[in-house]
Amino acid sequence: MPDYLPHTNEEVAQMLSFIGLRSLDELYNSVPALIERLSPQAIAPGLPEPDVLARMVRRGKANIARNDGLICFAGAGSYDHEVPPVVRALSSRSEFVTSYTPYQAEVAQGVLQMLFEFQTMIARLSGLPIANASLYDGASALAEAVHLGVSVTDKGVIWCSSGVHPHWRSVLRTIAQGPNYTVTTVPLKDGKTDWQAFDGSPGVVVVANPNYQGYLEEVSAARSLCDATGALLVVVMDPISAALVRSGGEDGADVVIGEGQPFGAGLSFGGPYLGLFSCREEHVRRLPGRLVGQTTDNQDRRAFVTTLRTREQDIRRERATSNVCTNQTLLAVTAAIQLSWLGTEGIKQVALRSASATHYLGDRLGDVKGVSIPNRDTPWVREFIYRTDVDARQVIDHMANCGFLGGVALKTLCRPDDPSIDSDLYEHGIVVAATERRTRSEIDGYVDALKGVMQ
Amino acid sequence: MSTAPGAKATSIPLLGRESEPTIFEMSVPGRHAYQLPTTDVPQRTLTELIPPSQRRSEPVRLADVSERDLVAHVTRLSHRQFSIDLGAYPLGSCTMKYNPKVCDEIASMAGLKGVHPGAPASLAQGWMEILDDLSKVLCVITGMAGATLQPAAGAAGELTGLLMMKAYHRDHGDERRRVIIPDSAHGTNPASVALAGYDVTTVKSDTRGLVDIEALKSVLDSDVAGIMLTNPNTLGLFEEEITQIADLVHQVGGLVYYDGANLNAIVGLVRPGDMGFDVVHMNLHKTFATPHGGGGPGAGPVAVASHLVDYLPGPLPMKAEDGAYEWVTPPRSIGRLHGWHGNAGVLARALAYIEIHGGDGLQRVAQHAVLNANWLRVRLREIFDVEHDRGCMHEVVFNASSLKKRFGVKAGDIAKALLEEGFHSPTVYFPLIVEEALMFEPTETESLQTLEALASSLESIVRAAEKDPDDLHNAPRSTPVGRVDEAKAARVLIPTADAQPR
Repeated sequence: MPDYLPHTNEEVAQMLSFIGLRSLDELYNSVPALIERLSPQAIAPGLPEPDVLARMVRRGKANIARNDGLICFAGAGSYDHEVPPVVRALSSRSEFVTSYTPYQAEVAQGVLQMLFEFQTMIARLSGLPIANASLYDGASALAEAVHLGVSVTDKGVIWCSSGVHPHWRSVLRTIAQGPNYTVTTVPLKDGKTDWQAFDGSPGVVVVANPNYQGYLEEVSAARSLCDATGALLVVVMDPISAALVRSGGEDGADVVIGEGQPFGAGLSFGGPYLGLFSCREEHVRRLPGRLVGQTTDNQDRRAFVTTLRTREQDIRRERATSNVCTNQTLLAVTAAIQLSWLGTEGIKQVALRSASATHYLGDRLGDVKGVSIPNRDTPWVREFIYRTDVDARQVIDHMANCGFLGGVALKTLCRPDDPSIDSDLYEHGIVVAATERRTRSEIDGYVDALKGVMQ
Repeated sequence: MSTAPGAKATSIPLLGRESEPTIFEMSVPGRHAYQLPTTDVPQRTLTELIPPSQRRSEPVRLADVSERDLVAHVTRLSHRQFSIDLGAYPLGSCTMKYNPKVCDEIASMAGLKGVHPGAPASLAQGWMEILDDLSKVLCVITGMAGATLQPAAGAAGELTGLLMMKAYHRDHGDERRRVIIPDSAHGTNPASVALAGYDVTTVKSDTRGLVDIEALKSVLDSDVAGIMLTNPNTLGLFEEEITQIADLVHQVGGLVYYDGANLNAIVGLVRPGDMGFDVVHMNLHKTFATPHGGGGPGAGPVAVASHLVDYLPGPLPMKAEDGAYEWVTPPRSIGRLHGWHGNAGVLARALAYIEIHGGDGLQRVAQHAVLNANWLRVRLREIFDVEHDRGCMHEVVFNASSLKKRFGVKAGDIAKALLEEGFHSPTVYFPLIVEEALMFEPTETESLQTLEALASSLESIVRAAEKDPDDLHNAPRSTPVGRVDEAKAARVLIPTADAQPR
């Protein structure tokens, strides 16, 4: 039987005898007989590792969209950035992969210091002084930011820009069912949030810059709204564009969140990624998740430890502001490694190259008959939406036949009545992004393939 | 029995006690590690791309290091880190078992790792099959009818389950306000209940360490949305009256929630569904070894009985009549819990673990986990008081208060001293209802020799406590750093390398 259990039959017998039992079944004497036992046949018999590996390889081959098959032009929150061998090698070290939450700091300085360095990098990126050690993903960071905001303003009225990723807004609506928050989704006008669309007084305001359609927002407009109403401002950053765009901190955000996927997580069908979360110092005692702080040991040597632990659920229980326990530590460690590999100049280069490749694609698509790009005059980076006369899903299928993952159809992201789009775009819109990995010939090839379907 | 060589993590630290500089202290402006591919795409400048009012005023300062320095830094930090690969990690309630290497390889396969989550189902059939197969086998393991794989960890699973319970009650015209939790529960339970908009009612444990049935009856009424239970509970004991508890809660119209943190004790043998539970979350990073990653990523799928499947978060993978998989959102879905489809890489690892073990292998996992915990219970009962000294499940809780009374040595001191012996500490001071709690969960993958070495180390610590208790207050000494000043970290907060402590 393939497994990882060390005991020989003799040892099992010896151990049973030591504890005064005759069989393994007797270990379960406290389980009442009236509870049915599951037959081992209910689950398929175990297979040797090589068989399971082969099965997974077969499943992998059925994934036509894999990025060593189709050239990836999809974005919408997950991007095909380079993850170099050195980052893969270091982040797969088993000391990081197979350790638990660093509760015993004396033997967890490796993870703790990596997290301290990660927090420093995310704080610099966001322009705010405090960053936690990660949350599940960008969407969960949004939910936690809203909880923090409501706990400060005591007002469960959320105005969320529809430029925030549609799936994240969906998560926010789900989470809002618990404490009964009112979530208002603010429409876009010319690609940017139209804060004038509603009257009222929100408790928390959320804006993404750039938004999920790639447009740069006037965060100052959201800041003014907050100043006028006393609301807390949450800014969603794209952590790559953040190397070019004013940080949330510079724009007066109270909380800056983001999806850390571009920092070494790979595509991985949507996870595990990591939620980035930073805030102003005055909110540190409401910070969700773990926070690592620097201190000293009993010989006055520098040491790191998880701190302000009394915020957390295992101590505060029902009075905690967040229920988060497990986070995405390994991804945070990976992100710190990737960011150190990039360095000050590297992150800027990746951001510029990705934006340049996306703009080049946008320019070339302008020549394709039957294709249009809305709001061309609004500044944008990272990604954009184009409209085709043909049904977007058909375009994606055709592009796959030509060797491209053509983007993400709006239809798979949101509902027809989503305030971020004209209803016409729902069937015809595609979100597309090019990263630093895309070459000119790949982009030209994409445009030629698209021309094929538009004829 | 003599202790066998090789049972202890004696290799840490490799060299000396010098601290590792931060990556920022190693930084030399102008140095770099990154290499980008050759490009022939026309490049734009920052000025062309971003209007002045929206342009970042200063570059993001990151560490500027060579690849060689980066490798050295991270490798040296890894040597300052305990891990299950290094040695036994008997941390109670955490299920720190060996993580098969094959699962690492699967999660990084190009055909899985390289797939964009926004690809249409038709182009990601392999992933859809993985998710569907995993959902189905988790339903078999739990005795449930449907599952969501979106929750990224146990606490997210708890919230998911509670929000489904809430939606279910609301659809039955029933606005209930309270959820019952035993006093032995994990802290995430009450925190999740509060976030779901419910009030917590705590029910005490009886002298046997189980839910006090009379106390439960006294708090049950039509305002109760449900009860959250961990079974076996955090004392490592099976709730023997579980079917009666479920009946009582069902009688007042409440639902019964299973916290799967301790599923390893019964996996493949007994099912929450057969005990009367309606909702179950699992911690795949525990029971299915996906691994823990220093505190995540985990995965916290939720499986539910047939009356709740319509409320599952969507979309869910479904096999259509033509054999192809597609995404389907349940009619009364509470909505999404994750930006995409959950921690997919973790989910693939869990499926591989289950496929390798099979039904019979999973049963042995549970049996050997329980065997090891009971062996440790009997082996150590001479030196520690067992809180409830009868057959335990996958973990055992000792009460070290007599050591505290006699020598002033606390559970925390024993935990720190054990680090010096080359073992990770047990969980201490939890569950909260046990004084000076030491909670050991050896898991099924530790050998008899390792368990014996662990027991011998604990014996020598207790002997040391008798002889020179003050000495134990200063443990550990041979670790990369000595006892860490946690109070100072909270008092003078330094959360980043840029912080200006006041």
